[in-house]
Amino acid sequence: MNDKAKNQKDWEPKIIAFLCNWCSYAGADLAGVSRYQYPPSLRIVRVPCSGRVSANMILDALRSGADGVLVSGCHPGDCHYISGNYYARRRFAVLKNFLEFIGIEPGRVNFSWISASEGEQFAEVAKEVTSRVKKLGPARHLVKEF
Amino acid sequence: MSTPKGSVLIVGGGIAGVQAALDLADSGFYVHLVEKSSAIGGSMSQLDKTFPTNDCSACILSPKLVECGRHLNINLLTLSEVLSIEGEPGSFRVKVRENPRYVDVDKCIACGSCAEKCPKKVPNEFDLGLGKRKAIYLRYPQAVPLKYAIDPEHCIYLKKPGRCGFCEKVCPADAINFKDTAREHDLHVGSVILALGFRPFDPSRLDFTGYGQFKNVVTSMEFERLLSPSGPCLGHMERPSDHQEPRKIAWLQCIGSRDINKACHGYCSSVCCMYAIKQAVIAKEHSESGDVDATIFFMDMRTHGKGFEAYYNRARDEGIDFKRARVHTILPAANDNLKVRFAGEDGKIAEDEFDLVVLSVGLETDPQVMRLAHELGIELDSDSFAATSCFRPVETSRKGIFVCGALAEPKDIPQSVMEASAAALEAERILHPARWTETRKKEFPPERDVHAEPPRIGVFVCSCGINIASVVDVQAVTDYAWTLPGVVFAQNNLFTCSQDTINQMAEIIKRERLNRVVVASCTPRTHEPLFQETLREAGINKFLFEMANIRDQDSWVHQDEPDAATLKAKDLVRMAVAKVRGDEPLPYNSVPVTKSALVIGAGVAGLTAALSLADQGFPVTLVERKDRLGGHARKFFRTWQGQEVQSYLQELAGMVEANANIDVHLGTTVEDVSGSVGQFRTMLSDGTEVKHGAAIVAVGAESFKPRQGRWNYLYGKNPNVHTLLELDQRFIKDDPGLKGLNQAVFIHCVGSRVPERPYCSRVCCTHAIDQAIHLKEMNPDMDIFMLYRDIRTYGKREHLYQKARSLGIVFIRYDLDNLPRVSETSGRLVVEVKDPIIDAEVTLHPDLLILASAVRPRDDVGELSKLFKCAMTSDGFLLEAHMKLRPVDFATDGVYLAGLCHYPKPVEETIAQAKAAASRAGLVLSRDAVPAESITAVVNAQKCTGCSVCTKVCAYHAVNMDANSQKAVVDTGLCKGCGACVAGCRSDAITLKNLGNEQIMAAVEAAMEDF
Repeated sequence: MNDKAKNQKDWEPKIIAFLCNWCSYAGADLAGVSRYQYPPSLRIVRVPCSGRVSANMILDALRSGADGVLVSGCHPGDCHYISGNYYARRRFAVLKNFLEFIGIEPGRVNFSWISASEGEQFAEVAKEVTSRVKKLGPARHLVKEF
Repeated sequence: MSTPKGSVLIVGGGIAGVQAALDLADSGFYVHLVEKSSAIGGSMSQLDKTFPTNDCSACILSPKLVECGRHLNINLLTLSEVLSIEGEPGSFRVKVRENPRYVDVDKCIACGSCAEKCPKKVPNEFDLGLGKRKAIYLRYPQAVPLKYAIDPEHCIYLKKPGRCGFCEKVCPADAINFKDTAREHDLHVGSVILALGFRPFDPSRLDFTGYGQFKNVVTSMEFERLLSPSGPCLGHMERPSDHQEPRKIAWLQCIGSRDINKACHGYCSSVCCMYAIKQAVIAKEHSESGDVDATIFFMDMRTHGKGFEAYYNRARDEGIDFKRARVHTILPAANDNLKVRFAGEDGKIAEDEFDLVVLSVGLETDPQVMRLAHELGIELDSDSFAATSCFRPVETSRKGIFVCGALAEPKDIPQSVMEASAAALEAERILHPARWTETRKKEFPPERDVHAEPPRIGVFVCSCGINIASVVDVQAVTDYAWTLPGVVFAQNNLFTCSQDTINQMAEIIKRERLNRVVVASCTPRTHEPLFQETLREAGINKFLFEMANIRDQDSWVHQDEPDAATLKAKDLVRMAVAKVRGDEPLPYNSVPVTKSALVIGAGVAGLTAALSLADQGFPVTLVERKDRLGGHARKFFRTWQGQEVQSYLQELAGMVEANANIDVHLGTTVEDVSGSVGQFRTMLSDGTEVKHGAAIVAVGAESFKPRQGRWNYLYGKNPNVHTLLELDQRFIKDDPGLKGLNQAVFIHCVGSRVPERPYCSRVCCTHAIDQAIHLKEMNPDMDIFMLYRDIRTYGKREHLYQKARSLGIVFIRYDLDNLPRVSETSGRLVVEVKDPIIDAEVTLHPDLLILASAVRPRDDVGELSKLFKCAMTSDGFLLEAHMKLRPVDFATDGVYLAGLCHYPKPVEETIAQAKAAASRAGLVLSRDAVPAESITAVVNAQKCTGCSVCTKVCAYHAVNMDANSQKAVVDTGLCKGCGACVAGCRSDAITLKNLGNEQIMAAVEAAMEDF
């Protein structure tokens, strides 16, 4: 195995995870409480609600060098703020087409519903998203080069 | 009674005492909390994890203890005991002796130098003697108060003055006081709550266990300490004989419970089945080899609580071996192992060898507590627990003195917490005229104006004992924090949430003139309020604070990757620092409280809750969808203690109808809910709009009617097949048709503990057995067969089971692979079942077939939960804010729950929970205003184009268009701070305070920086 390939294998992506305070962030806590292990690639940003996350924030995260983005909110019907998770989902649906249009591979930006009682699911999503982004390799499309 | 005293004495500083203290102190009463050891926390502080969520016990308990220790209206009296109580409800005179600590609590900084130098090692009672402590000691690392104490039994100096005295010499704070003496306090209080807890059964009384003889036979409490990271082997599970990790562990259930022979304890201790499963699961998880064989020897598996059955199923799937057998002999084997001999269900004797045997010891009342109860005139029952009745679950035999927790009956933590709130409610009921008369108000120093100051950020990195430090290099993270822009102070702490560190943090904020603080520790969801209050105490605005979650979201989830976890911790700290740099001071908003409540559902829970609040002078609107009061309980015959439910229910309903403070709406449902804690507005189906400050949801549940399918058993087809409640109806009517019967069969678990309803309905075993006894008493010659899976007569209900057996009622066990078969021949019922004991088919011809069918959640409960924004479990019951410590609160502030909509439960627990809900609602209603959201949206009118997207996405109608300017304006009273409008705004004109785009992105960009 040459050095480059080895680096690729050891390469750990950085993924920004916007988690809503009430469900998904609590789910991530529960993953910890239950000691479900997942790759150390996520950098969690706590937001009050997934509805707080705008398309611009996702793009900005990619521009800042994130290899992937995860937005996660409460399950349908569970939103602490009634309907914020639906806005997030709708925004994501629109953004997805745009991302493809500008050349961002599908799979870099991910969306999920994770409740406060789903520690295991959180760990699963973290693993899935990480392996998906790992396969795509480092994100370069939007990174600002100085 | 003249004006009562506005203060309460609570005896016992375990979780029950602490919860009662917090409820009372937060709703206007002064509390004296008496604890006999040197720190509060009780048995819960000794536990490693708690079932069924595997929460770390110390982690969830610690914030409550700290809150209690810091509370202005709670007077902690540790090392203290009650000598006497004279007087009557409203006015008791209490004598308390406070034993000397020999350490000045005002001076002690808990640095530990004294214990390090102390030459005297003694067995540590907190670790049940498995580890050692010094004669000067801290009860446990997170102790509240975090102050050392000298044990006079073992201190060399106190025994022979002049010798030793090292601690005094090394103490940097001059805190040692060998001349300390006992003090007596005379307290004048209005009411008393006893929360004296239990002690674990001592199995050395049972010689067959080999306990005390063989080193590798330990009690379950000892095993908790062996698992605990703060225990004698620092969480590396070791067996006592050779400090090797055990590979094969056996748990023996019912040691000192359900044993009327040697242990003299006929009752079931309720919690042991679950804690044994939990210990087996955790042992497997803890094991470094990853290879632990766990076997649990049991009689009946009693997993009757919320989420318990699922936990049991999961444990079985994970390979834990459940053996239905009673062990009769334990013999020594080679390598300090143990040979366990047992009789299986088939009667055959078998044998197996284990590295370690854990005795699942029961709960019993401490003889010292029995003596105290006797001196105070508190009646104990035949099991030496405080005598209570089903309809008055927290009242003792002495008026004005209440009881909660395991002193009244063995019970788990949530049940104890519920009772604690219920006991607090009973005290409030007597003392409400004196509310706020003896309390003091928290005054914070004026806040320093930091607007003009450049950021001076302090970073506190927590080791959390070894929870973080065993994976993350906390020193490296601390050193790294020093290098970040704006950081002028960084420090590593063993437990950042300990009272001592908190006080130190306040000092550092002042000394270093910090104007922003970052704590890198656990989750802000539990610990943010604690640290924010520290900021206020140090004179800076509490919103100048951020947390980096380096435990739950780092060290705990990357246990095998210390380098990556340390790197991530640095990233998280850098992100928090980037975010806090932009934080600004925010105002402390509040909402005035409408001092009335809405109670939904007028069953026993709703009626009890409504009365409990109305008696304190709070107006209550009681809504019931049916056209009469009483709910499910209208169908009940009697409690397990034999009290008739119908007469009680009539009395209760009569009191509600006669109460001028209660406005009853029958045949009415809730249509719409708006507003939030303090200021709800609810539309009822009868057109009434109710304004209320708090709400209690008590909408009940339904009984499962197996009209078709697998659990049908000819129900609805043969007239002699009934559900439990249908038989109760016949009991209530004293149906003569029940006399002269020859045979009855009961089938348990009809529709419970099955794939489509994988929970235990908790009440049916006791209910069915009580009915069987009643039938047998009516017809002494009758044959009665109980077809069951596990008998779950938990607590004192076990006596009913014993009585049923002694009356000759026959119990035949079945399982899901071998269901009873019911048919009829010319109208006569035929029940066939395989009896595993005689290993043969049995055919029965009952006159009556009773189905102990499940309690199922109501289908429409989902609608209601949406209106109040409450969560539900996957089984369809309503989900409380925290399964252990907030059993009657919803995550939504100001909304509480009680009764069957929470989980199936008997009437005594329903009453306790309803009272608890009333106590919690009282926390809101007793105040003029409650804190409101400070993080709200703001509009920059210059940028606003008036497109009105924000008004459409706001679920709270908090954003509106100003008619004149055509710009958006935010009503901060309604704004919840979700940020939907911010994300929706096309012109970047609306932002969220301290959560603006720039600030969130500052954290994101910081995450990406390489260093």
